[in-house]
Amino acid sequence: MSLLSLENVHSYYGHIHALKGISLRIEKGEIVTLIGSNGAGKSTTLRTISGLIHPKRGKVSLDGKDISTMAPHLIVRAGIGHVPEGRGIFPRLTVKENLEIGAYTIDDDAEAERRMEYSFELFPRLKERLEQKGGTLSGGEQQMLAIARGLMLDPTLLMLDEPSMGLSPVMVDLVFDTIQKVNENGATILLVEQNALVALSVAHRGYVLQTGEIIISDTASNLRNDPTVQKAYLGVE
Amino acid sequence: MKKYLKPINLMELLRPLGQLIVFSLGSAAVLSIIVLALAIVLNNTAAGDKIFAQLKVSLFAYTVANLPQVLVDGLTLGFVYAAIALGYTMVYGVLEFINFAHSEIFAIGAFVGVEILIALQNAGLIGSGSSLFMDYVFLILAMLAGMAVAGGAAIAMERIAYRPLRNAPRLVPLISAIGVSFFLQDAIRLTESLTTGQFNRIFPTFGNFDKRITFGKIPMGAAELPFSVPIKSFIVIIAAVLMLVVLNYLVNATKVGKAIRAVAQDRATASLMGIDVNHIIAITFLIGGALGGAAGLLYALKFTRIDPYVGFYPGLKAFTAAVLGGIGNLTGALLGGIILGLLETFAGSYLSIFTMGAAGVEYKDIFAFAILILVLIFRPNGLLGENVTEKV
Ligand SMILES: Nc1ncnc2c1ncn2[C@@H]1O[C@H](COP(=O)(O)OP(=O)(O)OP(=O)(O)O)[C@@H](O)[C@H]1O
Ligand SMILES: [Mg+2]
Repeated sequence: MSLLSLENVHSYYGHIHALKGISLRIEKGEIVTLIGSNGAGKSTTLRTISGLIHPKRGKVSLDGKDISTMAPHLIVRAGIGHVPEGRGIFPRLTVKENLEIGAYTIDDDAEAERRMEYSFELFPRLKERLEQKGGTLSGGEQQMLAIARGLMLDPTLLMLDEPSMGLSPVMVDLVFDTIQKVNENGATILLVEQNALVALSVAHRGYVLQTGEIIISDTASNLRNDPTVQKAYLGVE
Repeated sequence: MKKYLKPINLMELLRPLGQLIVFSLGSAAVLSIIVLALAIVLNNTAAGDKIFAQLKVSLFAYTVANLPQVLVDGLTLGFVYAAIALGYTMVYGVLEFINFAHSEIFAIGAFVGVEILIALQNAGLIGSGSSLFMDYVFLILAMLAGMAVAGGAAIAMERIAYRPLRNAPRLVPLISAIGVSFFLQDAIRLTESLTTGQFNRIFPTFGNFDKRITFGKIPMGAAELPFSVPIKSFIVIIAAVLMLVVLNYLVNATKVGKAIRAVAQDRATASLMGIDVNHIIAITFLIGGALGGAAGLLYALKFTRIDPYVGFYPGLKAFTAAVLGGIGNLTGALLGGIILGLLETFAGSYLSIFTMGAAGVEYKDIFAFAILILVLIFRPNGLLGENVTEKV
């Protein structure tokens, strides 16, 4: 059984039909990427999985259990972490408080403590800025905080929406190294990226989304060599 | 082990106390200076002559002699306003919506507490012959009961009248709140009429709450004016300060408080952290409602008489206080409440004297609202509105 599966999922914003029958599967231990141009429906797919919007038709299942109508806070508790587009840092909470909120579902203080230490190992910068308000961090620091916060609850499936956005090349490398490290430690990853080149270099498999539909699904290496993908998303003529 | 999580945060207990003291002293000093300056200016005018003819003291001496009393009364009122204002501001913080029915939550707290005390009095448990200790125990119990019912009513109100409208245009829940406000006024009135046959209720006389503690005499011309404070004013101040400190701790130093602040800042992301947003919003209404209910009973203790519409003016003033301080901002609600309480009491005490009776006590509210308008012209977000770090 797949860890996560979407079957013929349709999502709407009012009358806007954003997802038009998406089907995809993610197996345990994989890194899967979702690529596509602006407005293709990548973020909407993640929002549908994490319950921020509920599909009008179709089914989202986690470990075979239907989660399509579950509230987001319960989906989080079921093991899906979602680092949203635009980072979603709480601007008036400190870095420390943002991380503590990330561990909201963890009742064991010692465990939360360990996870916080782990985020500082990944991003030592955060430790230096513990008492700074989230809203005053630089864009890159906010991205680090968002990822660290997403890891606090030790998700089975971690979904990242454009983690490389606004980062310097060095930071992009760091973030993607981190993603691979987290994956090696057992988390399954669903990665949404504009930067298809980087995404395909770390992912095992990928889906290409276009105006609410999946048009290609293949292994990462095949996608890298796919002429459509090269032309549309890798900038290869 | 507990390096990053849950250090017992003494600072968070002391900080609001410090703020209360600074705000109180600051506002008191500013208003005192203004009044004294006015008194000096008016001393040799007709206003001064009139006072001298009546009391054989100069206007300035009269002003000075009355000042301590005015300050204590003003602060007492200010803390009550602050406790109510916190309810408006907390709900605004999480929902960006003014809960106009909060004034009726205040009234519910007052009625529940007063009815319990009246019942106790009828049962002979308080009043003549009861021990002072038990009087205080019953007062506290009545207040807790008022808080519980008011908090419960606030939760029910949110669940029934606001939650279904959460995604509606902003004006819609506002109208709903006004509807709830009228509904609750009449519900209180009907309940009281059916059960007690009247809807004006009087806080029973018991305990030593009306006794005055005399601090000394202040010379006023040839005579002396006693400076004394009724015990109930101390009760109001102590209870309000306690609540404000506890609330501040709750919001700034506990897990629930962190969740409340997270929901206030970004509801969708908060839910992605595993926070049950509806639950947190209900808790916010509970806390605001309980504070409002407590304020209701304190108000009844201080002013004795209540009716189903008792919440209207204090509610309006507290709402004004919340806006004055910067709505959504807890510290702002404290500051706004204190300023408004003092301002109102100053105006009520001196306006008539300074204007030779032309503008009496009944005009005291003009100042509060004039100040509000002035502040909003120059600082649209309220006095502390830009100090976003203190926001919920
Ligand atoms: N809140 C919303 N209300 C209405 N329409 C929306 C909303 N959010 C997204 N849409 C629409 O849904 C479609 C899919 O949007 P989505 O955010 O999923 O795109 P995306 O693939 O993540 O794009 P990008 O790469 O620019 O982030 C777009 O046409 C967008 O305009
Ligand atoms: Mg997107």
